[in-house]
Amino acid sequence: MTTSLSPRTAPASRRRPSSSGMSPLARKRLSRAALNTAGVLVFLFATFPVYWMVSTALKTNDQIFTTDFIPIPREITFEHVERILTEGVAGNSIWVYMRNSAIVALGTVLIGAVFALLAATAIARFRFRGRTSFLILLLVVQMIPAEALLIPLFLNVRRLGLYDNLLGLIVINVGLTLPFGVWMLRTFVAAVPKSLEEAAWIDGASRFTTFWRVLFPLVAPGLVATSIFSFITAWNELIFALILMSESSGYTMPVALQFFFGQRGVDWGAIMAGSTMMTIPVVVFFLLVQRRMVSGLVAGAVKG
Amino acid sequence: MTNTSTIARGGGNLPTPERSPKRSRRQAKASGLPAWVIPYVLIVPGLLVIAGLLLYPLIQMIVISFQKVGLRQIRGVPADWVGGDNYTQILDNEIFWSSLRNTVVFAVITVTLTLVLGTAVGTLLNKLSRRMSALVIVGIMSAWAVPPVAQGVIWRWLFDADAGMINWGLNLLPDWFSEMLFGRADWTGEPWLNDPFSLYIALIVCVVWASFPFIAVSVLAGLKGIPSELYEAARVDGSSAWRTFRKITLPLLKPVFSVLTILSIIWNFKVFSQLYVLMNGPTNREAFNLSMFSFAEAFRSPPKMGTGAAIAVILTVLLLIVTAVYIRQIVKTEEL
Repeated sequence: MTTSLSPRTAPASRRRPSSSGMSPLARKRLSRAALNTAGVLVFLFATFPVYWMVSTALKTNDQIFTTDFIPIPREITFEHVERILTEGVAGNSIWVYMRNSAIVALGTVLIGAVFALLAATAIARFRFRGRTSFLILLLVVQMIPAEALLIPLFLNVRRLGLYDNLLGLIVINVGLTLPFGVWMLRTFVAAVPKSLEEAAWIDGASRFTTFWRVLFPLVAPGLVATSIFSFITAWNELIFALILMSESSGYTMPVALQFFFGQRGVDWGAIMAGSTMMTIPVVVFFLLVQRRMVSGLVAGAVKG
Repeated sequence: MTNTSTIARGGGNLPTPERSPKRSRRQAKASGLPAWVIPYVLIVPGLLVIAGLLLYPLIQMIVISFQKVGLRQIRGVPADWVGGDNYTQILDNEIFWSSLRNTVVFAVITVTLTLVLGTAVGTLLNKLSRRMSALVIVGIMSAWAVPPVAQGVIWRWLFDADAGMINWGLNLLPDWFSEMLFGRADWTGEPWLNDPFSLYIALIVCVVWASFPFIAVSVLAGLKGIPSELYEAARVDGSSAWRTFRKITLPLLKPVFSVLTILSIIWNFKVFSQLYVLMNGPTNREAFNLSMFSFAEAFRSPPKMGTGAAIAVILTVLLLIVTAVYIRQIVKTEEL
């Protein structure tokens, strides 16, 4: 009873100077309305550009190339989607580029996840000479801008004969995503209570069984979150894909999209359809792991 | 979420890794490997990847920055050593200085705007009702999730001279108002993306739009971790909302803010994809930032990889200086 009363009575001293004859209840309603309005504005600011991309993709050309504001397509058309699927861009259907992007992103995740899990287990479960140095190394290499490694990696990939090969892109993306992957995953490994492994150990399980049957299932959600992060990074990567692929059949989505800005003006319906196709998988993944990703990014960046 | 809230309080409660040598020896017998080897075996693959794909290229980049590497050298002719020529050449180049200015000014403005807007939205989310805040979170997550290239595409379309919604919206303003603010009333056909200055306005809007959601959601997570008793006490003492924010929220969220600031600086210092799309490839030299300048030098014909690498070295050094403070702080204060 007292707790519910205190907020009403105590701040009275604060209210006095600004008293405008409004009852506390009306004031409360007003501030609730103001907050909700602000919330709606933020929502609109965030979603309108995304909505505009999707709606442009579904509009007919005469609704696209106009100075009028057409908030809701008058008629919905799939002509742009069909065109990028059949005619495509730069000589290939958009499926080719979607497939290339998927190969690169999945390849990066599969290789990266194994390496990251091993290293994260080592850091979170063992104390060994050089452990701190390894951690500092992980931190420092994350600060190296990928753009800075462009030139040497380009030369190395050519020398290794991986130019114009999706494998080259996969290898580079593993390198770009691994330090952060280890850094993020180790918090998930450390969060699994050690007593569980000790119990398995006492019951006579081998080291591998303990890892595979006890630790792995418990870390799996964290591994999924980390993998999705790597997937998105590789899926979105533009600059290496731009310089390592010269044949159009090897382009990934970010590169292919550039070719819509072409010779005969910009085909906005088609590019918006392409951008939407590229965005959908990322949005789905994002909404799936939203919570974990934030805590992983922030906590992973700060904590040991 | 829980992880973030522990940082807000500055505490670490993760289990400490194994240190008892006795136990390790006992485990070792069962697995057949000496215990001390195991962690090294586990980190070797990761270490090789980091060494081969990040550290070795880093050294190569520094070496290349002192060499002349053109088409012939890419085909396999050994590179000539030119000493500091690449660096003096860059420092004499106006484009380098305009790129440096663009990089720094863009980063400062964007980081500030993103942090302010993100914090405001995070605080707002904390005050909204459950359902309302869930709705807004889904909305801002969808902006954050858009791939950088698609972000560029979307804003290039919104800032389009003829059919873009920005010009349409500016035309809606009452003429006298638009005249007073911008000195003009008619925005039809305004080519935002041709001039470096207005191009960067578009870039700032685009990047702030895409990156404030992360700040907002992180700040929200931090706020959730602050015990509500503190706010109740402040309210009982008659503290104003602004004072409560300054005296309670800010100090408690300081660790979160320092991480967010550094992450934003790193991300915004080398923005590439959005700029690439907005200016249609490396076309407008005056609008280059350092990443774009390095890219253009090295990969536009004739390729000048040596000068490109020198620019990349300068960019890396700048970033490391900015982030060194942060790395030191982590190494010092956190239990690694």
